[in-house]
Amino acid sequence: MILKIEEQGPVVLIEVKEERLDAHNSGELKTQMLNLFEEGKNNLIVNLHDVRFVDSSGLGALVSGFKNASARNGNLKLCGLQPQVKSMFELTRLHRVFEIFPETDEALASF
Amino acid sequence: MNEKIEVDIKVPNQTRYLGLIGKIGEDIAHTLKKYQGDREELAYHLNLVLTEAMANAICHANEGDPQKEVHISICILDRTLNIKVYDQGQGFDVNALPTPNFKSPEEHGRGIYIIRALMDRVTYQKHSHGHVLEMEKNLS
Repeated sequence: MILKIEEQGPVVLIEVKEERLDAHNSGELKTQMLNLFEEGKNNLIVNLHDVRFVDSSGLGALVSGFKNASARNGNLKLCGLQPQVKSMFELTRLHRVFEIFPETDEALASF
Repeated sequence: MNEKIEVDIKVPNQTRYLGLIGKIGEDIAHTLKKYQGDREELAYHLNLVLTEAMANAICHANEGDPQKEVHISICILDRTLNIKVYDQGQGFDVNALPTPNFKSPEEHGRGIYIIRALMDRVTYQKHSHGHVLEMEKNLS
């Protein structure tokens, strides 16, 4: 899985550079986020701009990241959701759980 | 003449094939002759239910065993779409699965919920070498 990880002050920005986030690759995203938490980096933004398709495993990895960040007094926010991906968050009502922003800048400014 | 499409695929029990099967679902949605609804939405939904059902078969029913295989059968006859995903596992009670907890979300437990939300009929039954998850949708 291709992830671009970049520190922006107190926040770590993770760009998922994959077309699909599914049961084949979501475990890697989860592991990368756990590595960041272990380094004490608890404020994350996941940019899903390139992701055209997400399944329940992909959503599960993001929920895992969100819960881990919250448990460490941090936060995990999302940005760049394509319409079909956004509809998945609505179907599973996860749009009420995550803070979702159109662009990275807006997500960064919210921290 | 009624439009009839039948696709039968067998792949190794590995998640690397999820994208391939999902793509076939999308291509079917784009190819249907008479479908009047939103094709892009149908394509995404077929990709999704195939991915969810296959991932369920690979990771849970077949317990990630790379020696096993998953058999997928997609049939469209007139206005009915039928998908069967055969596994080689011990099975589970599809009706006993709880609805996801929306207030306190968990990492797992959304796959069958998503399939049920997008398809009109869902059953999971025993067959000769394992179980089959059958999903049907009326196409308008």
